[in-house]
Amino acid sequence: MCQVTSVVPVAKMVGANRIVQGQGIVHVMGDDQLPPEEEKELRRETVRQALEALKNEAGGQSAPV
Amino acid sequence: MRVVHYLNQFFGGMGGEELAGTGPQMRDGAVGPGRLLEQVLGDDSKVVRTVICGDNYAAENLDALTALVLKEARDARAELFVAGPCFEAGRYGVASGALCAAVSAELGIPVITGMSEENPGVDLHRQSVYIVDSGQNAAGMPEILGKMAELANDLILGKEIASPSAAGYIARGILKDAFVEKTAAERLVEMLHAKVMGEPFESELPTPTFSAIAAPAPVADMSNARVDIVTDGGLVPKGNPDNISPWAATNWGAYDIAGLDDLKGEDYDVAHRGYDTRYVEEDPDRLVPVDVLRELEGANVVGKLHDRFYATSGLVNPLANSRRLGREIAKSLKESGVDAVILTST
Repeated sequence: MCQVTSVVPVAKMVGANRIVQGQGIVHVMGDDQLPPEEEKELRRETVRQALEALKNEAGGQSAPV
Repeated sequence: MRVVHYLNQFFGGMGGEELAGTGPQMRDGAVGPGRLLEQVLGDDSKVVRTVICGDNYAAENLDALTALVLKEARDARAELFVAGPCFEAGRYGVASGALCAAVSAELGIPVITGMSEENPGVDLHRQSVYIVDSGQNAAGMPEILGKMAELANDLILGKEIASPSAAGYIARGILKDAFVEKTAAERLVEMLHAKVMGEPFESELPTPTFSAIAAPAPVADMSNARVDIVTDGGLVPKGNPDNISPWAATNWGAYDIAGLDDLKGEDYDVAHRGYDTRYVEEDPDRLVPVDVLRELEGANVVGKLHDRFYATSGLVNPLANSRRLGREIAKSLKESGVDAVILTST
């Protein structure tokens, strides 16, 4: 499991091993300020980071990517 | 006093791990630690029945074992049910906690067990059962049985139970009103003063503890992996068919996304009152990124996007409840053959 969140300290506190920084509490996987295509590219990048974290060894609790 | 005692195959004297698959066996009278338990409980106490069961059998057949133990305790007219102590033995602790909780709920008699704080049975049952802190070393058996007996006797006599640290059991998370000499402000200043001076002090409100979780192994081959999305941000189909509460949710839902390339705002609601949900309502992919994962599935970056995403609402939820929801979702994911999960949290 990789947790994507904008509140990384909470994810760390509860012991998540793989954490990716989200884009904001109201849209973890988006940004309403961006044009649709750029927003989707940002989401693609966030999902890719999460998949990378899942493919790699998490040494204890991993640092946020 | 009539006592029924539960032991695993090891403490029941049957054998080690090779006998962990053994089903439940009944003995009249005390076995192993039960003999010492009888002594420390006092003269009029007798272990009338001992149930011994292999740890694997107990873990895999907990419902059947629970039904059997309830029947045995009832038939034996038990006035006290004791399980363990289990020290660090995880399967033993999980079974003992569950059996104690069931006997207490069904028979209404006092129950007690003992475990080390790291035993997974603690997390599952500390709120409903008195679990004496046994530490990790089984050499402490006599002392632990003494503490269990003392607490058991107090429970039977209906005495007021002392605080966890005074009586040696693991905190159940119960808050009690009490009169104190000093106001909160005075206590606060004293605590702060002690802290600044490097003196010992004890917080009145211990923060919850989270035990370390071993990281799951990496996904070896993402291009063959079944990937899924779980969210605590409350995304649900229009009309919220499972009535997931927007705060302190007690349930979760799994929702069909088979064949969908993109989630449309008009098809979804957000059951969450803890953030401004307009952005997700406008485009649910901002929380549950089906659009991107479907693309990555097409490009064979991931093997398969699972046919259902999972959602609940992670707002003002008691920890024990959140843990239950997490366990249930994890179980369902495992049974569905999901290899990797992206959890989005608001």
